[in-house]
Amino acid sequence: MGANEHVAIDTKKRYQAGVLKYAQMGYWDPDYEVKDTDVLAVFRITPQEGVDPIEAAAAVAGESSTATWTVVWTDRLTACDKYRAKAYRIDPVPGQAGQYFCQVAYDLDLFEEGSIANLTASIIGNVFSFKPLLACRLEDMRLPVAYVKTFRGPPTGIVVERERLDKFGRPLLGATMKPKLGLSGKNYGRVVYEALTGGLDFTKDDENINSQNFMHWRDRFLYCMEGVNQAAAQTGEIKGHYLNITAGTMEEMVKRAEFARDLGSCIVMVDLIVGWTAIQSISHWCRENDMILHMHRAGHGTYTRQKNHGVSFRVIAKWLRLAGVDHLHAGTAVGKLEGDPMTVQGFYNVCRDTVTRQDLPRGLFFDQDWAGIKRVMPVASGGIHAGQMHQLLDLFGDEVVLQFGGGTIGHPMGIQAGAQANRVALEAMVLARNEGRDIVNEGPDILKAAAEHCRPLRAALDTWGEVTFDYTSTDTSDFVATPTAA
Amino acid sequence: MRITQGAFSFLPDLTDTQIAAQIEYCLRNDWAVAIEFTDDPHPRNTYWSMWGHPMFDLADAAGAMQALRECREARPGHYIRINAFDPSAGWETVRLSFIVGRPAVEPGFRLVRREGPGRTLHYTLESYAVGHRPEGERYAT
Repeated sequence: MGANEHVAIDTKKRYQAGVLKYAQMGYWDPDYEVKDTDVLAVFRITPQEGVDPIEAAAAVAGESSTATWTVVWTDRLTACDKYRAKAYRIDPVPGQAGQYFCQVAYDLDLFEEGSIANLTASIIGNVFSFKPLLACRLEDMRLPVAYVKTFRGPPTGIVVERERLDKFGRPLLGATMKPKLGLSGKNYGRVVYEALTGGLDFTKDDENINSQNFMHWRDRFLYCMEGVNQAAAQTGEIKGHYLNITAGTMEEMVKRAEFARDLGSCIVMVDLIVGWTAIQSISHWCRENDMILHMHRAGHGTYTRQKNHGVSFRVIAKWLRLAGVDHLHAGTAVGKLEGDPMTVQGFYNVCRDTVTRQDLPRGLFFDQDWAGIKRVMPVASGGIHAGQMHQLLDLFGDEVVLQFGGGTIGHPMGIQAGAQANRVALEAMVLARNEGRDIVNEGPDILKAAAEHCRPLRAALDTWGEVTFDYTSTDTSDFVATPTAA
Repeated sequence: MRITQGAFSFLPDLTDTQIAAQIEYCLRNDWAVAIEFTDDPHPRNTYWSMWGHPMFDLADAAGAMQALRECREARPGHYIRINAFDPSAGWETVRLSFIVGRPAVEPGFRLVRREGPGRTLHYTLESYAVGHRPEGERYAT
């Protein structure tokens, strides 16, 4: 493979009809100086056998911007150098033969303001099916401040959510109602009432609770709000239930949102599978109606989990922060669902930072200035229980919703007892941490001491204390620390 | 009932030593500590009365604990909470809030339901203790 195949060729030859290498068409530029206003992307590519990695990187830049497979003279009617994305750096992935991280820069003018649909149509529209690549994964993006400012972001954000709820200084507690499917509205509302009265801040519809025969959506909303308000009266606290308004059309979704608002709900939820445009629309609706927006990342595992192909969740989290959600399921690290602790912490940083710093062990390739856009509250949900409270607080800090579904509803003494156990465990752990105790090592002792004045917590620890989900994670950062020369 | 607002209401009432330790935590984080009281603990009563200004530039918890003792003496039978304000960019809000005093008896709230069209309901919380009684005459002391 000659080095000249990596060099853009002169204009006269460049536009002769025929097929050129993408690198020769100008999509590879190792000397490119990244502008502050460029959108940057890093892809993990696995070229087919025999495909030159630089040419593959150039093809990714080409197919995600202006290129087609052949030379077109109509390029010359445009400032095509500007519109061409440039692959400017390529590195072999440590420990993964045949894989490369390639970095691509896109001019800001390639993107419509305030539209994740447009951004994604470019960046992930074509390239993932491109034949010369065996696999391709979008690992991370740097979204320039100039572009971030075209989005409104979360309608509420962590700060305002806490002020509205009047809850400060500890993680929030939630639970997803179980069984996921089959309960009637009246029975379902009972679970909401018990869990909230017992001590949770939020209860939650699951992703696939919409309006099935066993429970029409209006019935669900009415009974859930009865549970929410009863619980508020009995505790003197503000309570909420994430009413899932996901529906078949945008019009129906808005109708459900309006009913939730009219009943006095402080929060609604949608599933990721409704799509970017619907998410941005409902986010704007929430902003107009003082509503917190909870995002359940239903379906993400189809494209985020395998690290050689798809889109990393850290990118999805960045897009969702711009699109404007207030809550986002971002993993538990210690629970039943996929999640390497460092990788998951990277997702949390994306949700909560004002400026996210490059952090390769956590999978963050770029500095990302959020330009004042509000923070997203991450949600840890899936196979977690009171016995892990010290680990959860240590990993994620205060700005998180910890959701214990089975860990509340499956409590041997009942749902209220389950909720109480979680709340006591949480408050005891926060108190101890603030007092300066080493919760990682003393955590089990702190829980045992708290259980002395809380029988439900003792029962929870006896039931689940030893439950762990110790499987190898698939989505890790592949970062290898290079020792610095002394 | 027991009103469970604040970060530590599910634990036994904090001792003064425990309260002081939490204040020290706030000071380590450069948060300003404030004392507030009310006898209208409705969850949407945002503005409790301030017992003086938030205390900026405290060296240790002793000054705040003294202020808390004074507040307790002057306002028996009231809810008292400690708030910690974080002035740093991007937060500029309360970062910790917990109750450090409450009346001996807490009668709680009545849920008032007003029927609307269809099966809709409008909910209101009414405090049994507040009723129509003025401030200062709501809880037995």
